Amino acid sequence: MTTTVLPRVTYLNVRHGLASWLLTKDHKRIGIMYLIVVSLAFFLGAIFAAGVRIELTTPQGDFVSADTYNRMFTMHGVFMVFFVLIPVVPAILGNFVMPLMIGAKDVAFPKLNLLSWYVFVLGFSLALVALLSGGVDTGWTFYTPYSSNVSNSNVALVGVAVFITGFSSILTGLNFMVTIHRMRAPGMTWFRLPLFVWALYATSLVMILATPVIAITAGMLALERVFGFGIFDPRLGGDPVLFQHLFWFYSHPAVYIMILPPMGVISEVIACFSRKNVFGYSFVAFSSLAIAIFGFLVWAHHLFVAGISPYSAMVFSFLSFAVAIPSAVKTFNWTATLYQGAIWWRAPLIWVFGFLGLFLVGGLTGLFLASLGLDVHLHDTYFVVAHFHYIMVGGAIMGYFAGLHYWWPKITGRMYSDSLAMLSALLVFVGFNLTFFPQFILGYLGMPRRYHAYSAEFQVLNVLSSAGASILAVGYGLIAVYLLYSLWRGEEAGANPWLATGLEWKTESPPIPENFPETPIVNEGAYEYSKREIKVA
Amino acid sequence: MPDGLAARADPHGHAPASATGSGAAGHHPALQHHFQTLEQQHEVATLGMWVFLVTEVMFFGGLLMAYLLYRVWYPAAWSEGSLELDIRLGAFNTVVLIGSSLTMAFAVRSAQTGAQRATVRWLIVTMILGLTFLVVKYFEYKHKWDLNHIPGANFQFEGPHAHQVEIFLSLYFGLTGLHALHMIIGVSILAVITWMASRGRFSPQWNTPVEISGLYWHFVDIVWIFLFPLLYLVDRAHQLG
Repeated sequence: MTTTVLPRVTYLNVRHGLASWLLTKDHKRIGIMYLIVVSLAFFLGAIFAAGVRIELTTPQGDFVSADTYNRMFTMHGVFMVFFVLIPVVPAILGNFVMPLMIGAKDVAFPKLNLLSWYVFVLGFSLALVALLSGGVDTGWTFYTPYSSNVSNSNVALVGVAVFITGFSSILTGLNFMVTIHRMRAPGMTWFRLPLFVWALYATSLVMILATPVIAITAGMLALERVFGFGIFDPRLGGDPVLFQHLFWFYSHPAVYIMILPPMGVISEVIACFSRKNVFGYSFVAFSSLAIAIFGFLVWAHHLFVAGISPYSAMVFSFLSFAVAIPSAVKTFNWTATLYQGAIWWRAPLIWVFGFLGLFLVGGLTGLFLASLGLDVHLHDTYFVVAHFHYIMVGGAIMGYFAGLHYWWPKITGRMYSDSLAMLSALLVFVGFNLTFFPQFILGYLGMPRRYHAYSAEFQVLNVLSSAGASILAVGYGLIAVYLLYSLWRGEEAGANPWLATGLEWKTESPPIPENFPETPIVNEGAYEYSKREIKVA
Repeated sequence: MPDGLAARADPHGHAPASATGSGAAGHHPALQHHFQTLEQQHEVATLGMWVFLVTEVMFFGGLLMAYLLYRVWYPAAWSEGSLELDIRLGAFNTVVLIGSSLTMAFAVRSAQTGAQRATVRWLIVTMILGLTFLVVKYFEYKHKWDLNHIPGANFQFEGPHAHQVEIFLSLYFGLTGLHALHMIIGVSILAVITWMASRGRFSPQWNTPVEISGLYWHFVDIVWIFLFPLLYLVDRAHQLG
């Protein structure tokens, strides 16, 4: 590792003071600002998860009342879905590295990028106000007519928070899409783009097309709550199932907003730490687009038992199975990339291995739920809870940490403790499986989700699950400890500690404010590791 | 699609050589630091606005989906509700908005040819037409308010399908309210653009803000072109015939 002692200007020290951050237009600083807010939301969401797991250690509802329990799992879902999983990879890592990866000075609309952050913080603040005024008890899905006519919790405020936060996501997607189209460095053709950029492009597509629908749906719900409009009201002849359709038209593709960017991260990290070009680059690139497109055509698999026509259910079941194809293309290609690679055992790769294991289980159990007959049995049980946590936490969050560990030296210019990072990856992997695997069995045995008391026969598995959650908490806590420690005691990283390809590694760590001294010119593909000297420390 | 666009993007990728050439002569004052050329900046802004309009289509799409479902389910109530709307005011507003799109197109053309005073004049005419629309809309809403036709606790309606008419009117206020909000935003944008134009910010080389505000304005106009028949003209022919 090179150790430069010369004082130099980076994006971090070019200006000082709070105002220099709050008024910045630098995509790198905005990425850091997202990191702070999203981490806060993650912490809040985790506290509610802890409350839920403590309640479920005993079959009786004795820790909190049923009503409080409803509010806890709802606020857990609201914070984790809208304020963590949706923005976590695109808004933090995407904002920071995507312009660097394509050799641009910034995103296409830097002011809009800052505005997205403020919109996000506004939505987050409203959700906090809703929380402090008692929270919401509808579940994060806000199903009508309970949410519109019955619940006496603060549904309208959370609806408005979701509406507003949606615009942050829309503007980020718009910004990324235009950036990828128009801001690439000379020679950076579409098929030389890193796969993370392809994944972000596919994600932007989903953000742009799906998010407006949840925004208007949350808006309609708020109109119904505040002014007594009747759009979903069955007393007037309105259809609550229409709400479910509109909700899932966004919220299913939203799963791909959560998982596609981490998939892009996985491609970067696997190529780097097996010192090989990604196997079947164009297949991996196009499978991102395929997932984004298929993702729009499967929403009604959430409604199999809501009384939709059996013929449409068959079509949606078939299409849901079809999503497995591009997902499997990715998984097989990653495995093939590792095959005969010069594997370099460093922490980011360990996180990737965790991702692969958990994503595999999450993806395959999705096929169980896409089967019409089986879904009748498993719908609204813990099987569903386990399945989507394997994808959304096991997949998305493992992928996020893989990316954070991979780019941390670039973002901060410092190295963290590799062995502690491996330890935390291991703790998270073990803790995660212990938390959620028992839930598959619970669901199969018939334990419904969202109940605060349950039959005594389910206790052993629930205690296992709660024990796993505490290991998970230690694993996540450890990350915060060694990453923060690295900020002032970490070794200097140098421009390219992983000897990786990619433009982001060609500039200094942390990068200079304008990213590159002069616009880079690209004349090779994204992963030409075979041409590089393989140096494994 | 990506390939074609990549081919178009490439020349800008190779632009730095020419940009340094023009850089010696001094940058255009409107050129932002992260772009290489004004042309790139123009294309970024235009693409950004088009993508934004796509999100707007999806935004209105959620409400229109609800409209479509209930119209198929409750055709009689839709006919009844539609007859409650004032077709003359609706038609007048349609003409006003189409006229405003024409004047907006004149404003864009004037900006492209560098006719500063004409640009300002046409922008002002466009804003006046937009405000006319909003004033008429206000009186339509006021009338509904007086009749207790606003959905909610005080809703009153005589007729065999009163409940479903309430859904119709919920969607009427949802759709036209959202449209009116877009009009208000549009007029505000035009006010800023007019101010910029009067300060001589635009030239034949740089008039992108006028052009993309025009795109937005035309979009809001087109939304109304859909809303007018969907809301005001349900079963009118039947009534006339």
